[in-house]
Amino acid sequence: MVENRPFLSFLTHLVLIVGVLIVVFPVYLAFIASTHGPTDFMSGLVPLLPGDQMMANYGYLLGSGESTAGAPPFTLMLLNSLWMALLIAFGKIAISILSAFAIVYFRFPLRTAAFWVIFMTLMLPIEVRILPTYKVVADLGLLNSYSGLVIPVIASATATFLFRQFFLTVPEELMEAARVDGAGPMKFFRDILLPLSRTNIAALFIIMFIYGWNQYLWPMLITTEPHYYTVVMGIKRLANVLDGDNQWNLVMTGVILAGLPPVLVIIFMQRLFVKGLVETEK
Amino acid sequence: MASIDIESVGKVYTGDVRAVTDINLAIKDGEFIVLVGPSGCGKSTLLRMLAGLETISEGNVKIGPRVVNQVEPADRDIAMVFQNYALYPHMTVRQNLEYGLKNRKTPKAEIDARVAEAARMLEIGQYLDRKPKALSGGQRQRVAMGRAIVRKPAVFLFDEPLSNLDAKLRVSMRGEIKRLQRRLGTTSIYVTHDQLEAMTLADRLVVLNGGKIEQVGSPLDVYHTPASVFVASFIGSPAMNLVKAECQGDKLAIGPATIPLNGYAPTSGPVTVGLRAEDLRVVSGEEGMPFAVEYVEELGSQRLAHGVVGDQALTIALSGEAEIADFMRIAIDPAKLHFFSVETGKRIERAENGAVAAGTRSPASVA
Repeated sequence: MVENRPFLSFLTHLVLIVGVLIVVFPVYLAFIASTHGPTDFMSGLVPLLPGDQMMANYGYLLGSGESTAGAPPFTLMLLNSLWMALLIAFGKIAISILSAFAIVYFRFPLRTAAFWVIFMTLMLPIEVRILPTYKVVADLGLLNSYSGLVIPVIASATATFLFRQFFLTVPEELMEAARVDGAGPMKFFRDILLPLSRTNIAALFIIMFIYGWNQYLWPMLITTEPHYYTVVMGIKRLANVLDGDNQWNLVMTGVILAGLPPVLVIIFMQRLFVKGLVETEK
Repeated sequence: MASIDIESVGKVYTGDVRAVTDINLAIKDGEFIVLVGPSGCGKSTLLRMLAGLETISEGNVKIGPRVVNQVEPADRDIAMVFQNYALYPHMTVRQNLEYGLKNRKTPKAEIDARVAEAARMLEIGQYLDRKPKALSGGQRQRVAMGRAIVRKPAVFLFDEPLSNLDAKLRVSMRGEIKRLQRRLGTTSIYVTHDQLEAMTLADRLVVLNGGKIEQVGSPLDVYHTPASVFVASFIGSPAMNLVKAECQGDKLAIGPATIPLNGYAPTSGPVTVGLRAEDLRVVSGEEGMPFAVEYVEELGSQRLAHGVVGDQALTIALSGEAEIADFMRIAIDPAKLHFFSVETGKRIERAENGAVAAGTRSPASVA
């Protein structure tokens, strides 16, 4: 739209700027709080300018951790989260791309039924099936382990569905040409489908990484040993101090630390992400 | 190099949908066969059965001495060119050409030699490192053909390879395909719905309709002695005029007009008569059929006059300079009339004067 109405562009900019402020202000507040000492909040007034305790706060959390609150060092929790998010993202992509490949390119009995069963699990997120899943994981002896953290959330109907939709747009002649060229099913998958899905894989990787990183309820249920805590749980531990005042400066430091990695992933993979969602390479 | 024998081949899809019925065809080594017919006539299905992309429900397909019904496409020694080219979009032209050879574990030196040869033959040498996306339609078509050539297969299969190109490019690519096939001497089967493409490319034409063969023959055979009303209306441009008429002794009645047959009458009673637009000519005087012109199509080299004789629509082709009046008298040499049975649509041979070969399914000689 090409329009030149000064008042309208002023109004739209105003709305956008106010919107950005509303979203950014809490984050700014968290950052400011993470740079102050523990006593600066006692008055009930939150300072709006950075303090001088930034190095101390971050160093303390990353190094020794808030031992009184039962939280291990953040470095360990960050690594746990990273490990879990990566396993979930790669696992989800590997499983769903193969299921989609099977559903689209092979004729087997109950193929449509299989697709609908997968599709229906969309309606069953982890929170809905949490009790039976817990029971199964506990019986398998997977409490307090990385397998227990990852396996129950590793299958993704959403990703399967997205890959299926993408495969359906790949012209059938490509598969036929590959057959004539002597490529078997797995060779066709590796040499042609996988390279063509590159941007879709990147986009899904980002979504799934953030999904894995943000897991909260499930890790909290099945990990009781601090060694397996993830960083999102760690924040809760920090904010849950018995017999004393919350150390808001440390809580906010934890928030910033937990929020940073997904932001970095998005910043560095943004180009691929947008490309994957809006265009297909054909 | 191989001959192909198609023996009583049929295709039935699930749900008893019959696409192809009882096809018998012996294709000689090095022959260029064109399968032509309207959409839905089963020509692509037949081709895909030869390629191994569709299972064969009935009958046998032999490539060379070997029955290939159960053989994977890759092992049938065929190469196929697809309508939408089906180039691998993420690979460069070179990788596209190499892919089939690599899968066959061809030695690297030989791959390079074959790719270079194909690139030279098709003049795509300067595009080898580009991706298909950066090529024009005609160039993509060449790459698709290159991918078939490098394999040095026994049989080329073409599935409407030119229908995505513009008219001018189509004509020049048509020439190139023919030249290439002559040069390589590879048995080729080409599917098209364009009768002009079919006429110009084929050593032998196979006209299909409703999953059955209507006629097999050299392009000229098919043009001059169409075996049925369907073939008559499909082959030739403008399409052959088909009118209802009646044989009355030695005369043929078309609407209000009668034409003397001079002993050519093959039958008596109602018939369907075919008249090629280019065989009709304008006559002066009171002889000939009264022809009322409705409109004129200008083709530059020709003028096509559309009109009626009585209630029968007719088209006549006249030279570019010919004068066209609103009302004319037209006539035709009785030897150039085609007679078809009203009931079956099959050609009725002229009893006497049988100078022209029967237009039935006899394997006609190669032009």
